[in-house]
Amino acid sequence: MKQTSSCDVIVVGAGHAGCEAAASAARTGAATLLVTQRLDTIGEMSCNPAIGGLAKGQLVREIDALDGLMGRVIDRAGIQFRILNRSKGPAVQGPRAQADRKLYRLAMRDALDETGNLGLLEGSVEDLVVRAGRVAGVVLADGRTIACGAVVITTGTFLRGLIHMGEKTWPAGRIGDAPSLGLSGALERIGLPLGRLKTGTPARLDGRTIDWKSLDSQAGDDPPVPFSFLTQRIATPQIACGITATTPATHAVIRANLHRAPMYSGQIQSTGPRYCPSIEDKVVRFADRDRHQIFLEPEGLDDHTVYPNGISTSLPEEVQRAMIATIPGLERCAVIRPGYAIEYDFVDPRSLSRSLETRAMGGLFLAGQINGTTGYEEAGAQGLLAGLNAARSCAGSAPLILDRADAYMGVMVDDLVSLGTSEPYRMFTSRAEYRLLLRSDNADSRLTPKGEAMGCIRSERSDRFRKKSAAIARTRAVLDSLRASPNVLRGHGLGVNQDGVARSAWDLLAYPDLTLARLAEVWPELAGIEPDVAERLEIEGKYAGYLQRQEADIRAYRREEGLALPADLDYGLIGSLSNEVRQKLAAARPETLAAAARIPGITPAAVTALLGHVKRQGGIV
Amino acid sequence: MTATIYALASAAGRAGVAVWRLSGDGAGPALAALTGRPLPAPRRAMRVRLADPSGDVIDDGLALWFPAPQSFTGEDVAELHLHGGRAVAQALAEALGRLGLRPAEPGEFTRRAFLNGKMDLTRAEAIADLVDAETAAQRRQALRQMDGGLARLADSWRERVVGLLAWLEAEIDFADEDIPAGLMDQVAGAAAALAGELAGHLADNRRGERLRDGIHIAILGAPNAGKSSLLNRLAGRDAAIVSAQAGTTRDVIEVHLDLGGWPVVLADTAGLRDAACDVEAEGVRRALARAEAADLKLAVLDGATLDLATLAVIDDATLVVANKADIGACPDRVAGRPVLAVSARTGQGIDAMVRALEDRVAARFAVTSAPMLTRVRHRAAVEECREALARFDPRAGAELAAEDLRLAARAIGRITGRIEVDDILDVIFREFCIGK
Ligand SMILES: Cc1cc2nc3c(=O)[nH]c(=O)nc-3n(C[C@H](O)[C@H](O)[C@H](O)COP(=O)(O)OP(=O)(O)OC[C@H]3O[C@@H](n4cnc5c(N)ncnc54)[C@H](O)[C@@H]3O)c2cc1C
Ligand SMILES: Nc1nc2c(ncn2[C@@H]2O[C@H](COP(=O)(O)OP(=O)(O)OP(=O)(O)O)[C@@H](O)[C@H]2O)c(=O)[nH]1
Ligand SMILES: [Mg+2]
Repeated sequence: MKQTSSCDVIVVGAGHAGCEAAASAARTGAATLLVTQRLDTIGEMSCNPAIGGLAKGQLVREIDALDGLMGRVIDRAGIQFRILNRSKGPAVQGPRAQADRKLYRLAMRDALDETGNLGLLEGSVEDLVVRAGRVAGVVLADGRTIACGAVVITTGTFLRGLIHMGEKTWPAGRIGDAPSLGLSGALERIGLPLGRLKTGTPARLDGRTIDWKSLDSQAGDDPPVPFSFLTQRIATPQIACGITATTPATHAVIRANLHRAPMYSGQIQSTGPRYCPSIEDKVVRFADRDRHQIFLEPEGLDDHTVYPNGISTSLPEEVQRAMIATIPGLERCAVIRPGYAIEYDFVDPRSLSRSLETRAMGGLFLAGQINGTTGYEEAGAQGLLAGLNAARSCAGSAPLILDRADAYMGVMVDDLVSLGTSEPYRMFTSRAEYRLLLRSDNADSRLTPKGEAMGCIRSERSDRFRKKSAAIARTRAVLDSLRASPNVLRGHGLGVNQDGVARSAWDLLAYPDLTLARLAEVWPELAGIEPDVAERLEIEGKYAGYLQRQEADIRAYRREEGLALPADLDYGLIGSLSNEVRQKLAAARPETLAAAARIPGITPAAVTALLGHVKRQGGIV
Repeated sequence: MTATIYALASAAGRAGVAVWRLSGDGAGPALAALTGRPLPAPRRAMRVRLADPSGDVIDDGLALWFPAPQSFTGEDVAELHLHGGRAVAQALAEALGRLGLRPAEPGEFTRRAFLNGKMDLTRAEAIADLVDAETAAQRRQALRQMDGGLARLADSWRERVVGLLAWLEAEIDFADEDIPAGLMDQVAGAAAALAGELAGHLADNRRGERLRDGIHIAILGAPNAGKSSLLNRLAGRDAAIVSAQAGTTRDVIEVHLDLGGWPVVLADTAGLRDAACDVEAEGVRRALARAEAADLKLAVLDGATLDLATLAVIDDATLVVANKADIGACPDRVAGRPVLAVSARTGQGIDAMVRALEDRVAARFAVTSAPMLTRVRHRAAVEECREALARFDPRAGAELAAEDLRLAARAIGRITGRIEVDDILDVIFREFCIGK
């Protein structure tokens, strides 16, 4: 083997996980090399050109709070920003933005170029170098070897990727890209359990052939709300998208050709995401519906490609064309590229520890779709953690472990490593027990200090964060100090109980619809508070009662979380556990009692047995 | 390593047969050492002669062997049926101690059974209750709970809450999909209905706990009315001092009775009057406090003498009797209520009084077909769940409404032992008695 060079951390694949991983490893101080098949597809959005959404938006804010790239990049590339769930409370709202795909790629490339300690290399990694049970480098397709202290693999849908379009199949990582074939074998040899998943994408349309005038349109928020805590305002021009829907004629075309859909012909066996069904799935499963909504999303400002959101499909090409022609506004539409489904290998994430390092091999980290997730945000969040922890592992420092009360990132990692997944895993707000706390507005307060302790926050963000925190604390103190009697408040038109008890301005924020702007009419000193400070305090004021209750819950959870289960725990020794329970535990190897308790089929009694056993062994850390 | 524990599983004291139970990894070796023979076949009684490690014979008896996990505790268990009596007990304890076993702490067997997943929390509690049951009603209630009635009810509540929560979450996480309209109203209706059901279970006069802990009946009346005499008559022994001097009883004196299958704590109290001294005044205060806390009151009149203090305590939960029917006239009705004429001295009317008390108790505490909340802990969980459901308000925002449902589910989960921290176990298991 020819040894050509060396570095601390090597990241394989420059998708959304890989870019974050490389940047966070480099920020944390590791000499980092990002190896990817093609430099011109760095930051490519394989599917829908949009970032954020419900729960995903929170993930992006968390990435940003740890000084990651995704928030800053989408702020430079977003062409329509919208807060979803506006009619519901702030904890379940999610920022979302459509991206100009090219701008996104370029902005991501810029962000990587601006990162010190980071090199880029075009090439395909085919194997790993292992020395003394620890990963020691990678082998490229041309036989070159690069030595390193840790490897992060973020190869997305590329591992033994197989595209399906009607009856046709061919190996590919995504359309137009070669699959990655060697690496799967390398992972298998290490003993990592692989599975198959599938996902799909719709056809792309030529926007110049769409009859926009006949369609409704949807504009973004004005002004657009940025993702990054560092972005002051959005400078990219904003566009609207079109809205149309399938018709009974569309459904008839699909039904007549179902036998040619790979999912129905039996050609694809693996599981796709239930929450992101193909149009053929929707037509079969919701047979009584005669229309499904479609958003027509332009893929860029100077790009006439349009992404029809809602009709992902893997039907044969000619059927796709026939189907699209039945949709209002698309009657004469030209198809640029047909939709397809892709099957790929993923690694059972239960083989990872919470730092995203594989348990089987020290120094080897996995992040992104390879871990069974789907989505750019899920990938980016894992990438950030894996890159950071890879750098820490090279330096011999402890990893950053986030728990379920810290961040959506913690929820996701905990779900993955203790429960595994049987379909592509996507984040939802309902996965988070402490969702009133895990909001997008306070991601910085939750995570930036942790990032600082890990050494991955640059000074610009630290300074900004410190100032904002101080302003919040100051304003909070003012809110506590301002008090008024019910009588006085009534004089200002604020109807509170006339019980003679004075209320503080902070108490009043808990009342529905009372904003700081409204309170400034009572106390003029409350005028002119910075919007981000005001937003935070209004939300915390509104949720105060619930947050307090949740704190008690969190304490209890953290106590259970503190009960570490030894990595070598022999479940066979716990006599009373049923075989089924024992197998589930052995497969998941939960790191803590709290994680064990969440595994489906693990009864309370089994949890208690586990607790009892570990306590008796004196294994409680 | 788990300590191997032992305890006397049958009642302590002199008895024909005493049953000893050993649990833990050391149970098998200990049994083999004591008998000098290989272990008996699982779950088969074997005649054995036990000797201590130095060869001195302890006793003749039966041994049973229950290998893990098919045993009460889920561990290896050995049972010894020996002769009762102090000497045997002492010799056995000494021998077991020398073999490295230690006496079980209170509740330790059941605790291990629970920890080893042999039962849920309500069943574990039921076993303790069954062991402690003194009356037929208590036994029935414990058996019902042991059968899993309460656990099933709690689980069904929890499932319903979780179901509602799922609907709400769909509304939140799939806002851009087509979620049926009016979902929120349906969830709100169902939550209110469940809250109402829970309130129904909570408004059960604390039947389950009463049945477990005993129904409190307080005897009240003027000094010298014969309260202590009545207590003694019902108890069948001289539990309280009786004298012709007014103001004899000062403190509250309790006796535990089985009243037609009902567990009753009958309390004799100081005679009600303007007290002659501080000590007596304190006695009267205690009497009134007990009257307040009692489930039922027995107001005792001295023949036909009507005193205001006694009349004042009479209410719907009071049975009125006139004592000393053997020597004088008794009123038929007082304060709009029938009066039973009785004599503590001759026993006249006592059977009728007991029946009347039983009827009152049965009316208030009769076990319905629904499982009972038998512990404060159950009640607290149901109450917390009900509160969360009552707080549930879709207009406050879906995320807060969902939060309330989450808390409701969590509270109810605690009944069957979805424990969050192990310290609640410590509290629960303190209630258990040794060797059960
Ligand atoms: C057809 C399709 C449909 C999708 N549909 C959805 C959807 O509906 N909803 C949704 O949320 N998400 C969807 N996605 C998923 C989304 O694109 C991914 O979740 C996300 O891109 C994953 O990011 P990643 O960083 O893990 O991998 P990717 O973005 O796939 O990046 C992988 C990178 O690794 C490089 N690479 C691979 N192998 C090697 C190697 N051996 N050596 C060097 N470099 C290598 C590749 O060139 C690529 O740059 C879809 C993806 C595809 C392909
Ligand atoms: N003839 C008759 N005498 C009774 C009867 N019951 C009680 N006595 C007598 O009445 C006196 C008082 O009886 P207690 O039972 O001490 O009365 P008490 O209500 O407990 O009195 P205090 O404790 O002083 O309040 C005693 O001398 C009893 O022997 C009864 O049914 N018939
Ligand atoms: Mg007396």
